[in-house]
Amino acid sequence: MNRRVLGVVMALLAAMILFECVVLGYGESPRAVLRMLFEGTWGSGYGIGQTLFKATPLLFTGLAVQVGLRAGLFNIGAEGQLVVASFAVGWLGTKLGGLPAPVAIPLLLATAFVAGAAWALPTAILRLRQNVHEVLGAILSNRIADALVAALLAGGAAIKGTVHTADMGAGCMLPRLGAFVPALGASAASLALPLALVVVAAVLPLFRKTAIGREIVLSGSNPTASTAAGVPVGLRRGLAYVASGGLAGLGAAATVLGYKGYYEQGLGSGAGFLGLAVALLGRGSFFGLALAALLFGTLQQGGLAVNAIVPKEVMDVFAGVVIVAVAIADRWVAAVPPVKTPAAAQGAA
Amino acid sequence: MNGKTLLLQTLASAVPYAFAAVGGTICERSGVANIALEGAMLVGAFAAAAGGLASGSLFVALVSAFVAGGAFLAIHGLAVVRLGVSSIVSGVAMNLIAAGGTRFLLRAIYGSSANSPTVEAFSASGAGRLILPALAIVALAATLFFFRKTALGHWLVAAGEAPEALVATGHSVAPIRFWAVVASGALAALGGAALAVDLRQFQGGMTAGRGFIALAAVILSGWRPGRAALACLGFALLDAVQVGLQAEQSGHAELLSAFPYLATLLLLIALGKRAGERTPRALS
Repeated sequence: MNRRVLGVVMALLAAMILFECVVLGYGESPRAVLRMLFEGTWGSGYGIGQTLFKATPLLFTGLAVQVGLRAGLFNIGAEGQLVVASFAVGWLGTKLGGLPAPVAIPLLLATAFVAGAAWALPTAILRLRQNVHEVLGAILSNRIADALVAALLAGGAAIKGTVHTADMGAGCMLPRLGAFVPALGASAASLALPLALVVVAAVLPLFRKTAIGREIVLSGSNPTASTAAGVPVGLRRGLAYVASGGLAGLGAAATVLGYKGYYEQGLGSGAGFLGLAVALLGRGSFFGLALAALLFGTLQQGGLAVNAIVPKEVMDVFAGVVIVAVAIADRWVAAVPPVKTPAAAQGAA
Repeated sequence: MNGKTLLLQTLASAVPYAFAAVGGTICERSGVANIALEGAMLVGAFAAAAGGLASGSLFVALVSAFVAGGAFLAIHGLAVVRLGVSSIVSGVAMNLIAAGGTRFLLRAIYGSSANSPTVEAFSASGAGRLILPALAIVALAATLFFFRKTALGHWLVAAGEAPEALVATGHSVAPIRFWAVVASGALAALGGAALAVDLRQFQGGMTAGRGFIALAAVILSGWRPGRAALACLGFALLDAVQVGLQAEQSGHAELLSAFPYLATLLLLIALGKRAGERTPRALS
């Protein structure tokens, strides 16, 4: 455990040094940029609130990717699952004008989960029935989600002349955290954050404490042995992948229900791919996932804070470097001959 | 749009796909999955524009793209082949770095968040326009020859099908796979360069998923370069039809842009068990 933490810390340090080099190469002082990054994120109540807001969808997508990984499947489709769920929630919200919050919110959350899960289903079927790699199915599904939602918005779901839906009913919004903790000010952090933490805390133990959860892990790590033991491997892994899609869809709670109050094209984009980074860094523990989501939330918010002097895209580069560095550190720490993917994750890609 | 325009438009649109798909076949046949084709295309498009702007020469632009794409995926090859990182994890990271990095450089060098200045070197007419399509055909023919007639080509296929057999005959798997990844990056980057040459500039995110489509072509073709190139022609035809319809009636353009992806997904489902059966056995 300690060696793993050490590996992650070293990977982060290496990524940090590379980041400093980029800033230097850009002709800015790394210290000034770092100070600006800190002040824009953890330096004020509002900044903290915004950082927590950015971290919230990442908690959902990070958990989603983690659930897939337990079954030996990469959910690269979290991006599209979140798009479809966000649109579905935003659209349904406009129809729920008169409903009180205790009815509307659970209904919308269920919709987000079902929409995300449904979008993951074709990929799961292709992978488990036809041995077409889930990454290909997910990539195709992501692109179809973008185009389909854009077409629906253009075709009448959006207010004319805009790319967003109408405002949802009053009972559809999740209250902002600023209403309970005045120090957070007008930041976009909402009750979606405690909701995300509860979901993470509730889902992770399922893999240890329930029979189905243990069968999923077994199916992911050793499908041959699982089949011999009578576990319905395809069903278990398919269930994990579809549930992963549902969890990614729940990310809409932070963006649509907690922040905008409507769906807008591009809302929440990038959270799906960063979910992979969060899952890799978080290594399946509650605190790991929470810290990783906070780190990438800080980077996203920090990117906006430093944008005036260094283009914010540098944060995407940083995220990519962190992913590779952590993955390399993993191998180094494990100190075993390279094994590429879990045996079960092999297929057509 | 008449038949001749449609045909020319299809052939022109097929070039970027074909480069990436031929590269993807080489890489995946060696046993390394490559979802980073998209990132390599983007890097190639940027390097071509930057090289063309700096030198004023189309030749230098293409060499820049070729070298930059190869060097970029050398990181992928190093991480996956030498350091044992999952090719999917590394691929996602490479795509993030390419998307963020090219936009970063666009703002850093040209002060724009949308596109580079117009590249005069890409304004060639007549014969100059035929260089990239000709190169694509050469790359395809060379790859077919490489797989069928050369010892190295046979070793590469062995690295993807039965690496232990390759080791048993005294060859190493790692260098073959590494250079296959590098070659795929260089070729995909030429595909990106073709996009930049076509529009005479670099635009942020201009590959718009073409690398993924090329990967789909590789898989649909059963990892055979000739058939992959044919699949690319099919995707290019969809593109050309879409461009034609876009000009005639706006509004449905968004839905049409989903068509290549939807068609691929449905085709994969229709293929049933056959969809994955030619997968290189050691591919991961």
